[in-house]
Amino acid sequence: MSFLVQAYAFFYQFADSFAFLVLCGLGLAIIFGMMGVINLAHGEFIMCGAYVTVLSARAGLPLPFAMLCGTLAAGLVGLILEFLIIRRLYHRLFDSIVATWALSLIATQGMLIVAGPSIEGLKTPFGSFELGDYSFSVYRALLPLVALLLLGALYWLFVRTRFGIYSRATIQDADMARALGANTSRIYSQTFALGAALAGLTGALYAPTMTAVPTMGQAFIVQSFVSVVVSGADVMLGLAPAAAVLAFIQSLLTKSYGQLIGQIGLLLTVIVVVRVLPKGISGWFLQRSGGR
Amino acid sequence: MPRWLALLDGPQTLGRGPAFWSVFGVIAVATALLPTFVNAFAITNLTYFLVWVFMALGLSLIWGYSGILSFGQTAFFGLAGYAYGVISINLGDAGLWTWFALLVSLILPIVLAVVLGYFMFYGGVRDVFVGIVTLSITLVFETFMAQTAGPEWTIGSARLNGFNGMSNMPPLTFPWGESPIIFDGPAFFWLVLALVVVVYLGLRILVNSRFGNVLVAIRENPDRAEMLGYNVRLYQLLVFVIGSVLAGMSGVLYTLWGSYITPSSMGLTAAALPIIWVAAGGRKDLTATLLATVLLTWLSQQLAVKGNQYALIWMGAILLVVVLFAPEGLFVTLWKKLRGRKRTRQATAPKAVSSPSA
Repeated sequence: MSFLVQAYAFFYQFADSFAFLVLCGLGLAIIFGMMGVINLAHGEFIMCGAYVTVLSARAGLPLPFAMLCGTLAAGLVGLILEFLIIRRLYHRLFDSIVATWALSLIATQGMLIVAGPSIEGLKTPFGSFELGDYSFSVYRALLPLVALLLLGALYWLFVRTRFGIYSRATIQDADMARALGANTSRIYSQTFALGAALAGLTGALYAPTMTAVPTMGQAFIVQSFVSVVVSGADVMLGLAPAAAVLAFIQSLLTKSYGQLIGQIGLLLTVIVVVRVLPKGISGWFLQRSGGR
Repeated sequence: MPRWLALLDGPQTLGRGPAFWSVFGVIAVATALLPTFVNAFAITNLTYFLVWVFMALGLSLIWGYSGILSFGQTAFFGLAGYAYGVISINLGDAGLWTWFALLVSLILPIVLAVVLGYFMFYGGVRDVFVGIVTLSITLVFETFMAQTAGPEWTIGSARLNGFNGMSNMPPLTFPWGESPIIFDGPAFFWLVLALVVVVYLGLRILVNSRFGNVLVAIRENPDRAEMLGYNVRLYQLLVFVIGSVLAGMSGVLYTLWGSYITPSSMGLTAAALPIIWVAAGGRKDLTATLLATVLLTWLSQQLAVKGNQYALIWMGAILLVVVLFAPEGLFVTLWKKLRGRKRTRQATAPKAVSSPSA
């Protein structure tokens, strides 16, 4: 029995970090994979989602609606920023890194000035359950399922809908897609907004589990990059296996040596993956199946 | 004039001829004379601005001239800073030991850069992935040093001290009979200033030499450079090592300046700052980088000292404006505008060919 509890505790830890890596990576991966823009302000979109969720929940909105508000707010900010700034920086990789980093500086410090060093958080819903000597949060145990559902929804979006077909055509050959009548610049801005909204959703989902602070984006951004780099450009194919591998490494190291060593293990994994599989897990899959 | 000296002026650097070098000389001499006019506090501040110049110039060389975006120059900065701390605290300031510590602290970044550079450039790591690997390295260092708070993390008599960082390392000391020369205050300022001048001039010669021309060729098109017979990976490795030892130099001098070093000097924010300076000034020019680094560190300090919480917002806004409206960098764009106007005015007049002079 105690062995089973131990095993479940490890699985819980693993699933928790799996969910975190998938949710962090989604928005960033879509923007990077589809548009080739490295969005260093990704963490701040997450922060935006979390803040709007917390504020609207405390204003009396039920939690699911508050989360929806957070998601939409981040998506809207993404749409506006794409129109004002990101649009001018396609095909200028270095400049887009610098510009989005500038945005993240402004957002972090701006939020500090507007909302102060931290705001009162939310209670984690659903309480907890106990197994043996351990106590587990029900909410966090559900997050991995949410992550899998989201992956499924995105798969449906990109494979089954008109937007999905147009956007995949745009990635494969933007000129040809335009020649065939696709409005590629609208697809780019929709894709960026979608990525921003997914970041906002991540913030919304984690808002009840942590204190919202202006610098919280930094806690997410490194994990986001780690999972996107290991996944490679094709989100649908790579993100889930990448997150699974990384979560396994992280939970193993965290259990034996502590959280910071787990973090170091993740970063070292990235370095090795960049060297061995520069196109990430999805690139490796595609190569093996003889595609692209 | 020897040929290598003629390389101070060339196609890879803005500013040439008697006018430019007169202004340069006047500014250098005036800066060197400052300790006689202003108080010790101002000198300490000025030293602080100059300390960062090496890392920025190194990044300009790696990123601007060679097209390799390293996001983790702070790894070398921190490595050298911590190395100086550990070695100098253990050996003390007797004899030439502080200089020995300085030397070892500059060799360690070279070793790291050779290993990391070989791993990346000879392993086919390219473009943005170089940035990801270097950023990962600096974050690994930061995370590692942050967890060294416990008493078990001691090297000799030096405690690493976790997130709070190390402090109380001795300043550079040169034995001179009864009263050894201690490099603090104006003496340290002069040392840093002299190093800035030497490194700046040295890099100008380097980028205008054959080596520098090849670097630019690789930046413009690595495949073509390889086809023309240049060993692209070797050039990238060499330039990465040079840039990294410069970052290490900033690290040691920073540690000496404040007599402390913390893990956050290798964190994400710290890693992004050199990129801001270099991008804002004009990454493809050394002079623009130098000016931007001093100006922006001065500006952010001014804003921070006055308790102005808008410092980072201003920095971000400057960066955004530069990327959108002057993608070549503020100083480079300004320079080209001014020169362009002058050129159109002189377009009708016959142009005298002047020999470059220094």
